[in-house]
Amino acid sequence: MNALQQYIDLFDESRELIEQQSPELLNTMRRAAREQLQDARLPRKGSEDYEATDLEEVFAHDYGVNVNRLPFDADPGEAFHCDVPNLSTCLYYSSNDAFHSSATAERNIGKVVVEPFSIAAHDYPELMAAHYGRLANMDDPTVALNSLLVQDGLFIYVPDGVVAERPIQLVNIFNAALDMMVQRRLLIIVGKNAGIKVLACDHTQSPDYHYLNNQVVEIVAMQGSSVDYYDLEESTPLTRRVSSIYVDQHEGSNVLIDGITLTNGITRNNYHVEVNGEHAETHLLGMTIASGEQHVDSHTFISHNKPRCNSNEMFKYVLNDNAVGAFAGKILVKPGCPRVEAYQGNRNLCGAPTAKMYTKPQLEIYTDDVMCSHGSAVGQLDEEALFYMRTRGIGLDEARRLLMQAFVADVIEGVRLDALKDRLHYLVEKRFAGTLSNCAGCLAACKGS
Amino acid sequence: MKEKEKPEKKNKIIEEAAEAEYKYGFVTDIETEVIPKGLDEDVVRRISALKGEPEWLLEFRLKAYRHWLTLKAPTWGHVHVPEIDYQDISYYAAPRHKKEGEAKEIDPELKKTFDKLGIPLEEQLRLSGMAVDAVMDSVSVKTTYRERLAELGVIFCSISEAVKDYPDLVRKYLGKVVPYTDNFYAALNSAVFSDGSFVYIPKGVRCPMELSTYFRINAAQTGQFERTLIVADDDAYVSYLEGCTAPMRDENQLHAAIVEIIVEDRAEVKYSTVQNWYPGDKDGKGGIYNLVTKRGLCRGDHSKLSWTQVETGSAITWKYPSCVLKGDHSVGEFYSVALTNNWQEADTGTKMIHLGKNSTSTIVSKGISAGHSQNSYRGMVKIAPKASGCRNFTQCDSLLLSDTSGAHTFPVIEVGNDTSVVEHEATTSKINEDQIFYCNQRGISTEDAVGLIVNGYAKEVMAKLPMEFAVEAQKLLSVSLEGAVG
Repeated sequence: MNALQQYIDLFDESRELIEQQSPELLNTMRRAAREQLQDARLPRKGSEDYEATDLEEVFAHDYGVNVNRLPFDADPGEAFHCDVPNLSTCLYYSSNDAFHSSATAERNIGKVVVEPFSIAAHDYPELMAAHYGRLANMDDPTVALNSLLVQDGLFIYVPDGVVAERPIQLVNIFNAALDMMVQRRLLIIVGKNAGIKVLACDHTQSPDYHYLNNQVVEIVAMQGSSVDYYDLEESTPLTRRVSSIYVDQHEGSNVLIDGITLTNGITRNNYHVEVNGEHAETHLLGMTIASGEQHVDSHTFISHNKPRCNSNEMFKYVLNDNAVGAFAGKILVKPGCPRVEAYQGNRNLCGAPTAKMYTKPQLEIYTDDVMCSHGSAVGQLDEEALFYMRTRGIGLDEARRLLMQAFVADVIEGVRLDALKDRLHYLVEKRFAGTLSNCAGCLAACKGS
Repeated sequence: MKEKEKPEKKNKIIEEAAEAEYKYGFVTDIETEVIPKGLDEDVVRRISALKGEPEWLLEFRLKAYRHWLTLKAPTWGHVHVPEIDYQDISYYAAPRHKKEGEAKEIDPELKKTFDKLGIPLEEQLRLSGMAVDAVMDSVSVKTTYRERLAELGVIFCSISEAVKDYPDLVRKYLGKVVPYTDNFYAALNSAVFSDGSFVYIPKGVRCPMELSTYFRINAAQTGQFERTLIVADDDAYVSYLEGCTAPMRDENQLHAAIVEIIVEDRAEVKYSTVQNWYPGDKDGKGGIYNLVTKRGLCRGDHSKLSWTQVETGSAITWKYPSCVLKGDHSVGEFYSVALTNNWQEADTGTKMIHLGKNSTSTIVSKGISAGHSQNSYRGMVKIAPKASGCRNFTQCDSLLLSDTSGAHTFPVIEVGNDTSVVEHEATTSKINEDQIFYCNQRGISTEDAVGLIVNGYAKEVMAKLPMEFAVEAQKLLSVSLEGAVG
């Protein structure tokens, strides 16, 4: 069995149509992707770096692909409110894989550029040509598949010296009434001394269909820039997600990537950071709350290619029921890169006898004057803390919830947007209370209090 | 200015250290019987015939050989094992006895060799009361204290003798912990293994002395494939030591051993290794490829297996002494100091497989890399879903003494239930300059200060070694480290 074959065949059949509808730049990359996929196979469970997740299985389902770019009638702005109280954002939607801007999108106009690839290819051909597909590694068959089938994407460009006043909020919704796979693609270029915060949230409107989001995000952070990328997933048990985020950091840049999974089906998140400038700072945060049959697998790789840079990583998992969590993180310090400080932490709570956790923290250090560490722990809630709370009249369930909330609190504290921080505390509280999925009125399940 | 001076001084001291001689690099001029190079079924049959083995063992070897042919050498390790021409190695080398009739007497040359290594083979010379099995190339030369041990029912002899004298025991346990299908080198070893020690501690016996095997590669262009099998029956206890050296040669030599340990109810086995195979010269020429499979099965409830290793030798080390904790409340321990210098590469660590309820394991690994060496810790802690209440603590620290060396950690943790606790911590850093400065202030040279600091750093592991070995290991660490100042 080769799950990739169905998509390759589909591409070969509708190649002309796809190429007609896409900017030439995407087509150039597409040809390379087609070659790359010729003999490629998706990794099976148990193979190196895929100890817990079977990508072959993830892609094996017969998903529809919107080759014809048929519009879906639902107006996302109408159907959907992804609301963070007290946070004024420039809001964009993607419904399945088509982008829409909302009324609030124009707020940053003249400064920050947010355009679909189809327009950006005309407006900023040099930038697109220089950076599209440069970071994403096509040796990964899922990235190659994205490059093969993607027809449009979102281009975010912050020119030198511009600091975006408002965060960009990108709401990705699956609302097709059929099983569907989409290729989402994001290219974020942040110029010298510029700054931006991006909040992307993935939602699914219907729990009855199988969806697969195969996304690639490329982030270029120039000298002295500051980039925050928050990636929040709230989807359904039938949703699959394979996400690869690639970051290229230049001198003095400060990048924060935060991946949060509250509800999902099977998710694989890859984070690949190349630190190419001195004094650069990297923060990678991750939080997963999983129960039922949820499956979350995060892979991080930070390569320190220049001396005197820092990185900080913290991933926390709370697993209940039959949930499966996996974390693998590698820190690489290349030869001739002294004074690197790199810390990596992975803490996991296993709350049920059938929950499983796989963790693989790794250090690869080729120079001596460094301070690097990693720590990983899998355990349960502190019995004594639980006992203490019960002696104070707090019920067992309540005490467990409080402790679990406290457990993930420091990941939330790493968020650099106050309003979002408050919102996350609230969402997590609701998630632990089990009421998150019952939010009435909003299908996306995160409408406010 | 100070910054500038330092690297020069550092380089000088490293150079000196690199030039320090490998103490055990001599060759014994002894007549050796070596079978021609090459490996095929006939060679396997010939080894078996030379050792006068029973039919079942030959079958075992042949099965392993046929399986080996289907395998490829593993490449996942963080070491660069060059393509080894397995037809260019001689698989059996035995020091020849001068006269057939004097088979029981040890050749004086041989005795001198082991005296030089500090392994006296004559009981009367022994003060420490340690039973020694000395293995040179492919055969066991002499096992001391056998009679005294036999009084207690303890069997300590070479595995070839055990095959003859205790065939049932050997047949019952051989290949049960490390089957020949385990990996490439294990299959090769199972096909051509030559000698090694066999230890059986009967029920309820606490072995009164340390048992020790000394391995020596002497003949050129041969490989050493020893096989050790230790069985501790219910309530037994044994402490077993292993040491190894080899002559200095320009070509690389292969050492692919298997150690199997079985620990029954409430029994305890302590296995200590001081590995000092020839590491190659300062340019990385020569040295032993140490590619071994070591595994113990804690089969009984409340059984305990403890691995302690000090790895300073070998050009390439690929070694993961592991514990399968099958019994409830069983305990696995792994304490390791791995020091690499010049162009050495070490990829070592452990596997703790928790199958029994309430089993616990501790891993303490200290890596020290100097020169251009690469030092990796690779480990796995796996808690099976049914193994409730398990506990693991892992700590692996790396100390970097030069900016051209590398230190890596590759742990894998799999937890299958909610009553077990697994912790892993790792740090990598260079030697603390403040500490060196402090020592300098007190008139301690930088070199001595590094020795002090490193010995302190490794102390946690050293303390687990039996006394006789601890002294040797400490010296060895200082010698190997000499001057590798960071």
